[in-house]
Amino acid sequence: MTAAIDLFSVVAIGAGVFFFFAGAVGLLRFPDSLTRLHALSKADNLGLGLVVLGLLSRSGSLQEALKLVVVWALVQISGAAASQMIGRALRLEGTRK
Amino acid sequence: MTLLSILDIGLAAIVLGVAAWTVLARDTFGAVVGYVAYGLLVSIVWVRLYAPDVALTEAAIGSGVTGVLLITAATRLSGNRTEADRGLSIKVPAALLSLLVTATLAAAVLLLPDNAPSLAPAADQGLAATGLGNPVTAVLIAYRSFDTMLEKIVLVLAVVGVWSVAPDRFWGGAPAPLGRPAPQGDLVLLAKALTPIGILVGLHMFWVGADEPGGAFQSGAILAAMWIVVMMARMAGPPRINARWLRLTLVAGPAVFLAVGLAGPRMAGAFFAYPVSVAKPIIIVIEAFMVLTIAATLPMLVAGPPSRKSAP
Amino acid sequence: MNDFLLAAAGLTLLTVAVGLARVLYGPGEADRIMAAQLFGTGGIAALLLIASAASAPVPGVEDVALGVALLAAFVSIAFVNAAGGASESPGGGD
Repeated sequence: MTAAIDLFSVVAIGAGVFFFFAGAVGLLRFPDSLTRLHALSKADNLGLGLVVLGLLSRSGSLQEALKLVVVWALVQISGAAASQMIGRALRLEGTRK
Repeated sequence: MTLLSILDIGLAAIVLGVAAWTVLARDTFGAVVGYVAYGLLVSIVWVRLYAPDVALTEAAIGSGVTGVLLITAATRLSGNRTEADRGLSIKVPAALLSLLVTATLAAAVLLLPDNAPSLAPAADQGLAATGLGNPVTAVLIAYRSFDTMLEKIVLVLAVVGVWSVAPDRFWGGAPAPLGRPAPQGDLVLLAKALTPIGILVGLHMFWVGADEPGGAFQSGAILAAMWIVVMMARMAGPPRINARWLRLTLVAGPAVFLAVGLAGPRMAGAFFAYPVSVAKPIIIVIEAFMVLTIAATLPMLVAGPPSRKSAP
Repeated sequence: MNDFLLAAAGLTLLTVAVGLARVLYGPGEADRIMAAQLFGTGGIAALLLIASAASAPVPGVEDVALGVALLAAFVSIAFVNAAGGASESPGGGD
């Protein structure tokens, strides 16, 4: 049973790190600010989400697990709002030029 | 070479790289972004050095609040234009002086004897008398309480200094609003969603600071950040600087601290001594008022000097 | 398992640090903010991974991650506020 849990953690965390990698690559290589913003939010949601998922199975108590989920939820909310604001700033910048 | 040491070396290399970028950046905005990233990296370094209290303070104040302070100041001062290039006559001595200080520090740390002299065991032994479980809190509020009180007074002086920059005719008025005039739906949503959670987390940090990593400074910084978010969303404006509640809150922390210290000779026999039976409640009360002061001071520093005439 | 967690933390940090190069190149301020935001999220992931790895136990690291999660967007918002506002009239007395 422990081996199955460990395997799940490894797969989930590995996928999470992959999404961070994808987000960084997107940030560096995409041609346009708005497309880079898109890449960024993928890393925020999926990267951290998968890492938290993998760590949930290792947490020792309900309180620890809840804390992990709260951290992820906070990053989700604030990341979403920040992405909207950055997007609007980019659009205004584009029309001002 | 263990995995941990590879991680450490990588971390150190990234820290140096980001620091170099921050110093070499051409425009203020890029430099401040680099500074914020640097603060987060140093916070991770503190975690690796087994100092979670310092890591939290670094992330909250060093990276978060100071970053906002710097960008607000940069925006007001120059509207973000690139700095004019200082001549080599300033840069070379500055670089040499920095190198000298760094080399001295590095030599001092590397030449420490293997059993470096440390007060940690003595600090741990005194914990039982204070009733606390977190040695960092004990150091801050019990062992060197006088220094901590003086630090809070310095914060108040900083606010006074920032306010004194205003022209005479604006004295007593309110600072300029932090946010943009047009209401922004997503920022308001974030302020409404994030602030209650932030206040809860801030209070949680204050309460567990007695026994686990946390404490007044971290808690105050998080509460301050929440107030700044509310001000940036224009849900509340910066208060007038002659508002009585504001001034009372700003001095509450050091005032209560000093009052307890002055009561020390009568209560426990020495200036700033606490009687052992009520040490922990006294410490919690002092911390509570310090949280209020820090949560009021930092947003006032970000808001800046008053820029509107006070209402008649 | 601990080694894997630490390696994952190190890889995440390295990845988002490479993403920081966008702070160098980013033609606009928004690009720099985005790189800092990615770095913040990666830092949170690394902190959570380190917290769970038992070979380097540091109590209270989840609280550090919680604090960083609260403040990550705070900095981004302030920067977006400042970046756009730079072209409007700055605050301050006359």
